[in-house]
Formats: sequence, structure tokens, C-alpha cells
Amino acid sequence: MVYLTRKIEFSASHLYHNPAFTAEENQRVFGKCNNPHGHGHNYTLEVTVAGEPDPATGMVLDLKELKEILEREITQRMDHRFLNYEVPELKGQIPTCENIVRVIWNLLEPRIHQGKLHRVRLYETPDLFAECCRNGANLA
Amino acid sequence: MSDALKIALGRRYRFAASHRLHSERLSAEQNARVYGKCNSPYGHGHNYVVEIRVSGKIDPATGMIANLADLDAFVEREVIEPFDHKSLNEDVPAFREIVPTTENVCKEVFQRLKHFPKARLEHVRVEETSNNAFEYAGEET
Repeated sequence: MVYLTRKIEFSASHLYHNPAFTAEENQRVFGKCNNPHGHGHNYTLEVTVAGEPDPATGMVLDLKELKEILEREITQRMDHRFLNYEVPELKGQIPTCENIVRVIWNLLEPRIHQGKLHRVRLYETPDLFAECCRNGANLA
Repeated sequence: MSDALKIALGRRYRFAASHRLHSERLSAEQNARVYGKCNSPYGHGHNYVVEIRVSGKIDPATGMIANLADLDAFVEREVIEPFDHKSLNEDVPAFREIVPTTENVCKEVFQRLKHFPKARLEHVRVEETSNNAFEYAGEET
């Protein structure tokens, strides 16, 4: 098995707020991330696809195709957006790194037809990321 | 659907510490040969990076596997405070008995963090320099 990783970046704003919490609870749980006007990050997304190289092309999947999938599904949807208000898949969820990475997984998995989506890792900052894989797969 | 997926949260921390690689089980010549410059008697230091991953269910109320403030406070108390600006050999009891190679530092960090109550510790990576990294995920159970 060979693992291929493609990286993209997008910039977006968000805020953390649970309407079921009181103002004090929101402040205590979410701290600065509860600022009502939001704040932003430069996100880095790493998408790893696992598969055997096709003997005819030597490729697990065509990187051009993966690049187009990421552009269409992720960049167009999330880049320079306010995640809370402009990404319908995140509606009703707190747009934490964990929730965004799950949404990204669910957007990408059905689109990958050569090889299998193995891991999605989303960096919110260089020191904070979340990642997603199928249960039982090896995250390392 | 979400149960079919495993989600982990990753976080990177830093500490600066000194160490000396010297084994009581080896002769002076063997220590010098095995550890080279790292056997220098007064020790030397590194800027270490600790990267950890924890997994768990996302709490729908917070969108989080674990509140970062809780995770950061735990790692600060268990690893950063005891290791940062310390001599690993002299100041961390575990390394009085074992050599503080970064393999052993990595395992010690795992032991210290595996009891984090709010999520499951999956993986520890310790970077000794930007060119050397060590990873440990506990033993198979």
C-alpha cells in the first residue's frame, strides 16, 4: 500500500458559541473563541489517499483530479468564508477543528474513486490540528 | 456515521532541557564510543517539541473532544513544568535510572500523559531537533 498526501491551505473565520449555554457558560467554555464578531485562521489541510499504484500510470490516483476535488469541495466552500454562517454542512455545529475535519472527511470520501481516503488532517495553527480516519485504520 | 470514524486532536508543545547520554552499564570507553559528543560530562541541551494526539467522541455541546484549556493545563503540569529548563538527568527522577535518550523521553512523556481523564492518548512524538523525531503509541494490548 502506498500513501499519497496532498496539502492545501484556506483562510476562514469562525466563532464558538452554543445558544443553549448562558453568556457566562459560553465565555467560560470557549474563552476568546466566543468573541461575537469571530476571528480567523490560515488552515492547512493534508489529505492522504491509500492505494496501489496503477501499473499503467504508476499513480495511486491522478493528482490533478485530487487537486480539482479539493478545489471544488473544500476551497470553494470554505476559503474566505465565515464558517458558522456560510458553510451549510457546519450549520448547528460548533466549527471546531474536530467538527470541520469530520465535515471535510464526509465531503471527500465519496469523491475519491481511485484508492481510498485514508486520513484527513486539518491544522488550525501549526500547533493545533485534528485528524480523521476510518475506525480501525492506522492513524500513524 | 460518526462512530465509523475516528477523530483525534493534535497539539504541539515545547520545552528546553539539557541531558547527558551516559550508561552505567558501559565502560568509559564504551560510553564515549556509543554516545560520542552526547557523552560530554557536563551535558548539553535541546529545544524539544512534544506532539500529542488524543482521540474520543466529539461533545456536541462544545464541538470538542477535549477542551484545549484542560489538555494544555494537564500537559503543562505533567510534562512542561517538570521538564522545561531542567536537566533531565538530574531533575527528572525517571532518568536517574535510565538514559535520557529521546526514545526514553518519548516513552516517559507517554507514561505521564496516558492518564489524561478526558480523552484517550493515542500517540506521542518528541522532536529533539528539527532533524530527529521519535514516536511512541504505547504497547499493544
